[in-house]
Amino acid sequence: MDLPLVFMALMGAAVLAYVVLDGYDLGVGMLMPAATPEEQSVMVSSIGPFWDANETWLVLGVGILLVAFPAAHGVVLGALYLPVVAMLVGLMFRGVAFEFRMKAQGWHRELWNWLFWAGSFVASFAQGLMLGRYITGFEPGFGYLLFAMVVGASVCGGYVLLGATWLVLKTEGALQAKALAWSRWGLLWVALGVGLVSLATPLVSETVRAKWFDFPETLALMALPAACVWAGFIVWRSTGRLAAGGGARDWQPFAAAVAIFAISFLGLAYSLFPYVVIDRLTIWEAAAHPSSLKVVLAGALVVLPFIVAYTAISYRVFRGKARGGLYD
Amino acid sequence: MDDPLLLARAQFGLNIAFHILFPTLTIALAWILLGFRVAYHRTGDAGWLKTYKLWTKIFALTFAMGVVTGIVMSFQFGTNWPGFMLRVGAIAGPLLGYEILTAFFLEATFLGVMLFGMNRVPAWAHIAATALVAAGTSLSAFWILALNSWMQTPAGHVLDGNQWIAADWLAVIFNPSFPYRFTHMMIASGLTAAFVVAGLSAWRLLKEPADAMAARTLRVGVLVAAVLAPVQAVVGDFHGLNTLEHQPAKIAAMEGIWHTEKGVPLVLFAIPNEKTRTNDWAIEIPYGASLILKHDPKAELKGLDAFGADHPPVAPVFFSFRIMVGIGVLMIAASWYAAWATRRGAAAPRWLLWTLAGFTFSGWAATLAGWMVTEIGRQPWIVHGVMRTAEAVGDITGAQLGVSLTGYALTYATMFVAYMVVLTHLAGAGAESAAAKPLPGASPVGAAAD
Repeated sequence: MDLPLVFMALMGAAVLAYVVLDGYDLGVGMLMPAATPEEQSVMVSSIGPFWDANETWLVLGVGILLVAFPAAHGVVLGALYLPVVAMLVGLMFRGVAFEFRMKAQGWHRELWNWLFWAGSFVASFAQGLMLGRYITGFEPGFGYLLFAMVVGASVCGGYVLLGATWLVLKTEGALQAKALAWSRWGLLWVALGVGLVSLATPLVSETVRAKWFDFPETLALMALPAACVWAGFIVWRSTGRLAAGGGARDWQPFAAAVAIFAISFLGLAYSLFPYVVIDRLTIWEAAAHPSSLKVVLAGALVVLPFIVAYTAISYRVFRGKARGGLYD
Repeated sequence: MDDPLLLARAQFGLNIAFHILFPTLTIALAWILLGFRVAYHRTGDAGWLKTYKLWTKIFALTFAMGVVTGIVMSFQFGTNWPGFMLRVGAIAGPLLGYEILTAFFLEATFLGVMLFGMNRVPAWAHIAATALVAAGTSLSAFWILALNSWMQTPAGHVLDGNQWIAADWLAVIFNPSFPYRFTHMMIASGLTAAFVVAGLSAWRLLKEPADAMAARTLRVGVLVAAVLAPVQAVVGDFHGLNTLEHQPAKIAAMEGIWHTEKGVPLVLFAIPNEKTRTNDWAIEIPYGASLILKHDPKAELKGLDAFGADHPPVAPVFFSFRIMVGIGVLMIAASWYAAWATRRGAAAPRWLLWTLAGFTFSGWAATLAGWMVTEIGRQPWIVHGVMRTAEAVGDITGAQLGVSLTGYALTYATMFVAYMVVLTHLAGAGAESAAAKPLPGASPVGAAAD
């Protein structure tokens, strides 16, 4: 069995799970300033039972990188050292702000509210920045930095889209109406970002260009952007219908937003494969000792079904519309 | 301070020392919460429910601090010590991987049900969720202590090319120091939680002497501490004998034994002098160290001179050890006296309440001191006898380490102050106030949104 390939797939699944799951709760965090205090209480309640487990997928993704591809872990996280620190500081402040923002008084409460928003934003932007640096193989220079910042902004937009469509699913009334509007703004933001990044990536990376513009594969590959556009259209149409009072289910915008992420992720994975550090390290070169991979894989195959099962139980326990006051 | 090894150690030390505070409290507090939850279920006494609610709030706060600082750790293993993962990653990696897979998801997922699901699931499911959170925190301790113990007393490994790999996983996990270290740490967590429960309850009673729920939790904390504190002394002694067998240089540093000799005195207090390689101002009990460590007053003990330059810095290990033992002795005295003073429902006198309030975070101090002993005591090795710390350090520049160290220090200071303010506020307001808030789903906000 090709163990490095299996672990690449596992790591990809963990990172995609992280991006979608923490993406929606980071997105809700970024949307906080646009809501009234009563709405904020409902918004935080909609993500309160889940955010902890959502962030665990990040630990799993980084854990697999560390355990399965130790050579790449050093290179990747070494090159991304400062954005990683920024992300971690952001995640720390917003993580504890869940607890502190309701328990603090006066200006302290204002401060923690602000830190909740700022932490969500900094973490999201830093993740996008890291992705941008990663795709371009950590090349120095202003152009590459600019590219990474555009990716950072796009990831923020993507998380806002996920957060807003999550709120469409989990809230009702005036807040849901607001969330529908936020979803559409998020979608436009994402469309702009994904478009710019898709155009720029082949320009900044020879490897990526060669993979996508090699006829006749190109024609088959165009299914991916087409599916992405279709998912975007579903978000636009379902939010429009929901705003008009019917004709769509409240889960449709979120499902379509998740599809946009999954498709973009597939495209990215195709661009990078088989590199774990583009143009430098393939997954086979970076892989850990086979004895270590075997023992982790055995554990993962036994435990992951349980994790998926009890995650499903947790979402089932907290199904339905969120009410405020979870943290009061 | 632009030495990358020193900065990498300082940064990792700051992160891990700050992180360990919170799991140390939550591991045992989770089991105490399960006790409160079951007590409510069996007696139907609303007081236990209110107690449970107050302490789940404190647990949630502490758990969140542990989670977010723990995420930092998962990044720093690789960034600060890339050489470690390249050389011994085939052993360290799976142990960390199993911690994530078996413990982190379990505790993080069921925490949601435990904190917010009480009126959404049946009582048995809520009790099960509380138990699973507790099991998750303990499992997490199991795996991380297996890894740490392997770094202290490696076993079951073989060299394959340039990498150490596991030849026998059971020998790796249940390495010679693991049973002692795991037991020592679990009891340390129990003592930490017991003194936090007793101390914060005492704090509440100082403000509101009539709070019966606080008097009851004070008794719970004091009794748990009174049982665990002497047990810890015995376990610690066994742990020390195990260390003498496998890491004699660490014991020599702990006891301030510079020269190999027979009939070694027990140094109660001294100032170790690295230049003259002697102890200044020593207060000693003749033959004491030989008697305690070898159960023979004439026995020979290896001194630091037996290890050349391969021994840890003496003063930090020596002093940390005395701080840990000193706090341990005070814990026995405080918990036993308090257990006696509060027998048959007697109210604790105010001076005792002040004393217990003062002991609230004694577990943290002793635990940190203990970890300083064992981690600094392992130097210059990162894996004892297998790999040196200097071989593990990466090529992150001093400037990057400096910037990030400053960032982490400021973040941690802010978080810690906020944590303390909220903790003392919650505890001071008492269980009645913690339970007075409307339940989720029954709040006017939720109703207004319908």
